[in-house]
Amino acid sequence: MKRFEATLARLVVLVGPLLIIGLWWVAAAAKWVSPKLLPDPWSTLQTLWTSVMEGAIWADFRGTAVRTLYAFAIAAVAGIPAGIVLGANRTIYRSVEFAIDFFRSTPATAMFPLFLLVFGIGEFSQVAVAAFAAWLVILFNVAYGVMNARQTRILAARVMGATTGQVFRHVMFFESLPQTFVGLRVGVSMALVVIIVAEMFIGSSNGMGRRIIDAQQVFDLAQMYASILVTGVLGYGLNVFFLALERHFVRWSGK
Amino acid sequence: MNPVNETLAMNAVPTPLAFPPANEPAAPEPSARKAHVTIRGLTKRFGDQSLYENFDLDLPRGRVVTFFGPNGCGKSTLINMICGLIPMDAGEVLFDGKTREETTIGYVFQNYRDALFPWKKAADNIQYPLRLRGVPKADARRRVEELVAEFEVKFDLNRYPWELSGGQQQLVSIMRALAPRPEVVFLDEPFSALDYEATLSIRERLQATFMRSGVTTVIVSHDLEEAVYLADEVFLLTKRPTRVAEVVDVGLARPRGVQTLSQPDFVRTRAHCLEVFQREVRR
Ligand SMILES: Nc1ncnc2c1ncn2[C@@H]1O[C@H](COP(=O)(O)OP(=O)(O)OP(=O)(O)O)[C@@H](O)[C@H]1O
Ligand SMILES: [Mg+2]
Repeated sequence: MKRFEATLARLVVLVGPLLIIGLWWVAAAAKWVSPKLLPDPWSTLQTLWTSVMEGAIWADFRGTAVRTLYAFAIAAVAGIPAGIVLGANRTIYRSVEFAIDFFRSTPATAMFPLFLLVFGIGEFSQVAVAAFAAWLVILFNVAYGVMNARQTRILAARVMGATTGQVFRHVMFFESLPQTFVGLRVGVSMALVVIIVAEMFIGSSNGMGRRIIDAQQVFDLAQMYASILVTGVLGYGLNVFFLALERHFVRWSGK
Repeated sequence: MNPVNETLAMNAVPTPLAFPPANEPAAPEPSARKAHVTIRGLTKRFGDQSLYENFDLDLPRGRVVTFFGPNGCGKSTLINMICGLIPMDAGEVLFDGKTREETTIGYVFQNYRDALFPWKKAADNIQYPLRLRGVPKADARRRVEELVAEFEVKFDLNRYPWELSGGQQQLVSIMRALAPRPEVVFLDEPFSALDYEATLSIRERLQATFMRSGVTTVIVSHDLEEAVYLADEVFLLTKRPTRVAEVVDVGLARPRGVQTLSQPDFVRTRAHCLEVFQREVRR
C-alpha cells in the first residue's frame, strides 16, 4: 500500500504534460483551431519519431548543441576570471557597473547587425553573439558571488593567519561557487536562446532554429512542432545537467 | 575577601591592573597579574562619533577576562581591533611586547554558522589553522584527536558543519580556535546563539580546558550572570566614548558549577556589577 502511494506521488509530475497533450488532442479533434495550424498530437509525435529514426533531425540538433556549447565555453572561460576580478575589486566594479547593467538590459538579439558587421555573415557571428550574451550573465553572477562572500568567513580565515591569496583560494572561491553555478546555468540557457534565434534569422545551413523556420515556411506544421519539442528537450536537458553539476559541487550551498 | 575593586570606579582613564584592590595589599599571584596584552592610546571613530578616545587597557596573563557593557558600546569592535580584523585610527596593541603578526591567537565568532567553512568537514575545519601553518597532515590529525579527547567530543567530526547541531558547530569553532595552541583566545558572545543546554555543556568544557591550559581568554558576554560566572576579572565598560568603568575581581574558586550561582560571593559580585552597570548606563 505504501509502495503504491509512493508510486502515485511520483506519477503526479506527469499530470501537467498529460493535461497539455489531452487539451491539444481535444483542440485538434474538435477543430477548435484549424488543423492547418494545429496538427493533432499523434501525427506530430509520428513526425518526430520518423525524423529521429531516419536521422534527419540529428544534424540540426548537433549543429545547435555544438554552437550553444561553443558559445557557452567561450563565455565561461572569459567570464569566470573577469567576474572574480570584478567582484574582488570595488573600484573596478563600480567603474564598469553601469556598462554591464546597460548591456545586460539590452536584448542580445539587438546586437546581431553589429556582430554581423564585425564577424561577417556565418556561423561564428551566431556563436559570438550568444557568447557575448552568456558572458554578461556569467560575469555578473560570478562578481556578485565574490562580492557577497560571507564576511565572517573571510575574517575567520584572516584571524587564523591566511594571506590575501589564501583567503581568495580557500574562502572567496568557494563562497562564490553557488552563484557561479547559477550564472553558468542561466548563461547556457541564454546561449541556446540566442543561437536558435540567430539560426532563424542570420543564415545558417543547419540547426534547430533553421529547421523550425524551414518547416514553417513550407507549412509543414507537424514538423515544426516536432522540432520545437526537440529544442525544448535540448534546453531542458542542459538545465537538468547543470543543476545536477551544481548539486554535486555545492551541496553546502546556502548552509 | 572583597571581590570588588572600588578604587577604579571614578577614574576617567583607568589603568585597572596597575592598582591592586584597596583592601588587598599584596596582589594575588603576581605572575598571573602581569599584563599579557597591552593596549595603548587606542582611538576609533565611526564618522564623527567617537567610540574610543585614547583608550588604554591591560589584559592579564593566564586569566579569563569578560567584557560586559551596554549594547553598542563597542565590545566587538574592541576585540576585532585587538585581533587586527578592523583597523584602529590610532594606538598600539602588543602581545607580550610582540605585534599581532608575531602572535598566534584564536577567535570564536558569535555566528558559528557563518564562521565555519561548510565545504570542509568538521575535522578539516579544525585542522585548517594548522594546515595554514604548514603542519603536516598527520600531526594536524593527531592534534584533532587530542582536542576530541580534551573536549569529550561524542559526535562524528567527519561530518559537514551543516549536518551538526548549533552547539556541536560552536564546539567545532572553539576547537578550531584552540587547535594551533594560541597565546590568547577571544570569544565574542559565543553562547548567544545557542540553547541553554548547549550553553551549559560548552561552558563546562571551556572551563575545564582553561583550567588545564591556563590560556589567556577574553570573552564578550551580554549576560551579566554569565560574565561573572566565567570570569576571573569582569571588565565593565561604559557608554560611548567607551572607557573601563571598573575591573571587578571574581575570586570564586574553580571548577565552578551550578552551586556557584547561589554562593554569597557570587551573588554579591553580580549585584555590584549590576550597580556599576546601571550607574554607567544612566550617566
Ligand atoms: N562599520 C561601522 N560603521 C559605522 N559604525 C559602526 C561600524 N561598526 C560598528 N559601528 C558602531 O560602533 C558601535 C559599536 O559597535 P559594536 O558592534 O562594537 O558594539 P557591541 O558592544 O559589540 O554591541 P553589541 O552588544 O550589540 O554586540 C555601534 O554603535 C555601531 O553602530
Ligand atoms: Mg557585539
